[in-house]
Amino acid sequence: MRRTLAALVGTAALVIAGPSLADTLTIATVNNGDMIRMQRLADDFRQKNPGIDLNWVTLEENALREKVTTDIATKAGQYDVLTIGTYEVPIWAKQGWLTPLDLGSAYDVGDLLPPIRSGLSYDGKLYAAPFYGESSMLMYRKDLFAKAGLTMPEKPTWDFITEAADKITDKQAGIYGICLRGKAGWGENMAFLTTMANSYGARWFNEKWEPEFNGPQWKTALNTYLEMMKKDGPPGASSNGFNENLALFQGGKCGMWIDATVAASFVSDPKQSKVANDVGFAPAPCGTTCKNANWLWSWALAIPSSSKKTADAEKFVAWATGKDYLQLVAAKDGWANVPPGTRKSLYDNPEYLKAAPFAQMTLQAIDSADPGLDGNSKPKPYIGVQFAAIPEFQGIATAVGQQFSAALAGQTSASQALQNAQLLTEREMRRAGYIK
Amino acid sequence: MARAIPTRRRWLLSLLAWAVGLIIFFPILWTVLTSFKTEGEAIAAPPHILFFHWTLENYAEVQQRSNYIEHVTNSVVIALGSTLLALLIGVPAAWAAAFAPTRRTKDLLMWMLSTKMMPPVGVLVPIYLLFRDWGLLDTLTGLTVLMMLVNLPIVVWMLYTYFREIPADILEAARMDGARLFNEIVHVLAPMAAPGIASTMLLNIILAWNEAFWTLNLTAAKAAPLSAFIASYSSPEGLFWAKLSAASTMAIAPILILGWFSQRQLVRGLTFGAVK
Repeated sequence: MRRTLAALVGTAALVIAGPSLADTLTIATVNNGDMIRMQRLADDFRQKNPGIDLNWVTLEENALREKVTTDIATKAGQYDVLTIGTYEVPIWAKQGWLTPLDLGSAYDVGDLLPPIRSGLSYDGKLYAAPFYGESSMLMYRKDLFAKAGLTMPEKPTWDFITEAADKITDKQAGIYGICLRGKAGWGENMAFLTTMANSYGARWFNEKWEPEFNGPQWKTALNTYLEMMKKDGPPGASSNGFNENLALFQGGKCGMWIDATVAASFVSDPKQSKVANDVGFAPAPCGTTCKNANWLWSWALAIPSSSKKTADAEKFVAWATGKDYLQLVAAKDGWANVPPGTRKSLYDNPEYLKAAPFAQMTLQAIDSADPGLDGNSKPKPYIGVQFAAIPEFQGIATAVGQQFSAALAGQTSASQALQNAQLLTEREMRRAGYIK
Repeated sequence: MARAIPTRRRWLLSLLAWAVGLIIFFPILWTVLTSFKTEGEAIAAPPHILFFHWTLENYAEVQQRSNYIEHVTNSVVIALGSTLLALLIGVPAAWAAAFAPTRRTKDLLMWMLSTKMMPPVGVLVPIYLLFRDWGLLDTLTGLTVLMMLVNLPIVVWMLYTYFREIPADILEAARMDGARLFNEIVHVLAPMAAPGIASTMLLNIILAWNEAFWTLNLTAAKAAPLSAFIASYSSPEGLFWAKLSAASTMAIAPILILGWFSQRQLVRGLTFGAVK
């Protein structure tokens, strides 16, 4: 028995052996096709930089955001390269949490798409390099449109979409005119609803940081959305996010779907989509204006100021977001799989344009989004199209999203949801000191 | 006729037990089935239950993308290490509570249990800062010690309950025969409470294996166990259910096998002292 006890203590002692320090870069990424491809192709980086090894931490978006925020706020320095979005970059750069990037002249910063570059800059300096960029657009079934005698206009309006959704819907055949996000969350239903509200001239806050949910613009947007979804949307839409709608559209259940431009490659891939040959693309609908009717997002690579391997990390960021990487992906997996939405030169490349029929639409959508202070039809005090780049936004918008999702589920009325949204946003903004 | 009712009741009870068993097992079965589907079939509506194109491509991709062995090793070290440490501390603590109680023993035990009532996220920041300052972030040492602390109240309580079933007279007799405290615990108490200790150990291993909050928040690349391995397959943009199911099946397989082989000890331990 003494021996057993000694063995137990021995094992415990082994467990308490200290960690070994490896000279490696730790890279935090999200789990999406482009990022996974980057991991697979990283041997190219290792060959070009023999002294640097790479460790990957791949997580779901929200889990990653939580972990990385904790790490960076406490300056724990576990990560050398972070994957963050356009929402975090200006906030974190302002806090001094990120290192401004100096990627050398060969990197050609001027080739980055201006809206994406501006979304990742703070005070004129680039704080994150875009890995891929996206906007939102309308995907529709050309066969169902033809059957209903409809033609998609060059610039569709919400009035047209409402009418078309109604004509296409055939609930007995399991076809719903329109599929839109309903799941609550700042990056879920609120990303879509904010752009829809923008198209009716709404904004989150006026110049005094007072919320505007009690105005006619938000009211029109929410009522149009709710009426359309209740009449022509799929059942249980209040729990549908990107993936659920993707599955519905690919399975032939949706006539129209407005979501991320990145979805275009999924729905037009015959390996995973039943309707690949019948998909058409159009800009996101306009209401009273087209300003910021589609969102702007980019997953970008940044270096936390707590990293002690800045020079090596910059080499990696330059490799993963540089022009040569696009060529590498094209050579290995074809032009259709190149990460989209970051560089002008990609959209001048005839091979890419041939391989990706949705490329021009993606570029137009990205180019038309303006996250700046004058991007909406009325001036706003915040940066961002589908979000306001302030730390409080995540919490507030998720709470507002819950109100709107409840209205979609029929648990509350549109006017009540708007009133609650106004009250809770005002309370939080007052508490945070924005409203004096 | 008098026998017909008990037989029918027996059948009904059997049926009910099978139904409950199937309901409990169904999520695992569904996960395993989904892991053999293509991503398209994984989200098909209505779902295909058995008649689909069976494929191993998800397992191949998971193997290619992640270092499964490293994650399993980390999970084994954390689960076993924390359990052994917890027993090392928990056995003497439970002995003291069961055989040498004081006025405050009950309060002390309640206080220990009350620490389990607090949501872990409430202490995330202080623990994170301590780990950062002590260089324990993303280390097996840190996670093993933390898992031991997290599960210690359960270990002490379970052992205390088992020890109380053992007559104190037997230990007293050993003492009168000249046994010292160490011998009394190791040679007299431990063999008598073996089923209880075994089930405590198994339950603790299972709890530490399945823990996801701390293991996800305090690790990055080096000490990440299977919980982080599973989490890396969830995606907000793109289909992932089949690959996530393959990763989950691979993660739960070792603990399911352990549970299967040790179910007798588990049941014996959990019902220890229930029938005298």
